[in-house]
Amino acid sequence: MMIIDPHAHMISRTTDDYQAMAAAGVVAVIEPAFWLGQPRTFVGSYVDYLSSIVGWERFRAGQFGVRHYCTVGLNSKEANNEALAEGVMEWLPRFALKEGVVAIGEIGYDEQTPLEDRYFRRQLELSKELDLPVMVHTPHRDKKRGTTRSMDVCAEHGLDPAMVVIDHNNEETVEETLERGFWAGFSIYPSTKMGAARMVTLLKRYGAERVILDSACDWGVSDPLAVARTARLALEGGVPEAVVRQVCYGNALAAYGRSGQMREADWLDPPAIDQRTLFEGNSVLRGGREPVVAPPGARRRAARETE
Amino acid sequence: MNEAVTLLRRLVLAQAGAREWARDALAELEAGAPERSLHLFLGFAPRRLGKADLILCDADRAAAEAARPGWRLDGWSLDGAARVLALLVHRGARPFAERFADLRRTADVAELIALYRGLPLYPDPAALHFEVGEGLRSSIEPVFEAIAHHNPFPRDHFDRDRWNHMVLKALFMGRRLGPVQGLDDRANPELALILRDFARERRAAARPVPDALWRCVGPFAAEAGALDDLAAALDAPDRRGAALALAACPAPQAAALLRGDRAAAVLAEARALGWDRLEETAP
Repeated sequence: MMIIDPHAHMISRTTDDYQAMAAAGVVAVIEPAFWLGQPRTFVGSYVDYLSSIVGWERFRAGQFGVRHYCTVGLNSKEANNEALAEGVMEWLPRFALKEGVVAIGEIGYDEQTPLEDRYFRRQLELSKELDLPVMVHTPHRDKKRGTTRSMDVCAEHGLDPAMVVIDHNNEETVEETLERGFWAGFSIYPSTKMGAARMVTLLKRYGAERVILDSACDWGVSDPLAVARTARLALEGGVPEAVVRQVCYGNALAAYGRSGQMREADWLDPPAIDQRTLFEGNSVLRGGREPVVAPPGARRRAARETE
Repeated sequence: MNEAVTLLRRLVLAQAGAREWARDALAELEAGAPERSLHLFLGFAPRRLGKADLILCDADRAAAEAARPGWRLDGWSLDGAARVLALLVHRGARPFAERFADLRRTADVAELIALYRGLPLYPDPAALHFEVGEGLRSSIEPVFEAIAHHNPFPRDHFDRDRWNHMVLKALFMGRRLGPVQGLDDRANPELALILRDFARERRAAARPVPDALWRCVGPFAAEAGALDDLAAALDAPDRRGAALALAACPAPQAAALLRGDRAAAVLAEARALGWDRLEETAP
């Protein structure tokens, strides 16, 4: 089964992870612009970060046969540094039209401060102007009210819910997210967000419509194979394959494909120029073949043993 | 540069689906549109025009060679060609090099490739010195190759140190030397010495030495103290490259090393292939 991980901070992951993800069937990842675990203090560091996720990281992923996309935005944490935030807002439009940018994101609330609110709203307006989808990071604290508020603000700015992914949902937020017509992202991330077994229960209850799984893997204790493992667990638990395929692949493609920057042909039948430049030295995707897929654990061990 | 602009414009407009958009946007840029229009054009180029390979006939190749000796359009994409064309026709308020530096800072991979492929066509090459260095330092092979391959800019504008480092880095990254323009003309004793040491490093690590490495060593093998290395290489997998290099070396000792049936056979085999095919058939 082909998998898309639509929320993965690959700049903090190793080449081992890319190999294991490719082996587990991950054909594409989306790297949302976020903070680096600590706040940046110069606008220039932010600009270079955005430059690296549209440049080097995209290339690096290609070396492993994984297509890399990203979202650009000013995250909620760093929105609280007004001087930095203003500087970043000046540069953002320059990055929003780069190749492989599939959304404005991840944006939204952290502590739900007035500054977070201001830059969330300004970026929603930018997404409308550029006709790009939005990836919304919902807060970890005061989550339920913060999630509701995020959707209220999107509605207030006239965004089509079909253009907005509300990410990091849980049992408490999912119902409202789906009822209001938004895409509902679930980050299978140990302890703080969503667990695989809980997710399987949710899939049985809510089905596949507008549900998107991701790993949100980053520099913390997280798992780049979380989507693949959850897919396997769901299949073993009797969730229909069509449902698994939709939440681990199809829905992400449908939601972020609205940017016009992400198509199935990108990994199944990439243009010649991309084969020469982005898949250098890689044979996995050449010739439009389906990637070979094995259970993630086995392939990961195998990859290590051959080194 | 008018010939290059004329050629690119003809190729881009002939192949572009969104011909009117491209024509109008380019006209605006020529009329001195603000830089924001240039940014938008560069952003929209792959979206509106697609990323197909540029369709070329032999007359186009001849026109490129006539416009700029050593300039080859093979491997260019439609959006890349349009981007270079936009840069060339834009009449900006700031000097070209300043606009170029600004674009490079925020470029994605495809943009970097296009920006650097256009090097031989830009005004004031000396002002691009730092920017070119940044591209050469890139670990993204296609970006490096956009400068090093089928591009006369290094041959025409690099000083000796930068030239030597580009050749060494190409070998280091496993890139081909055949497409480097001016490779034989710009061979020099310093480069021969650097490559001799690189070959020794590879041998010590039991890693293969590319045949093409010897191409830049040959003419200066004696000065670089590489004759013994070449003699030993005649028994190694890179023997054909070593034989061609010895044949290109004017020192009498080189000719002596090629005497004997075995060496002569290796040289004959190598000559039948030539440097380019030798590199293409490398393992």
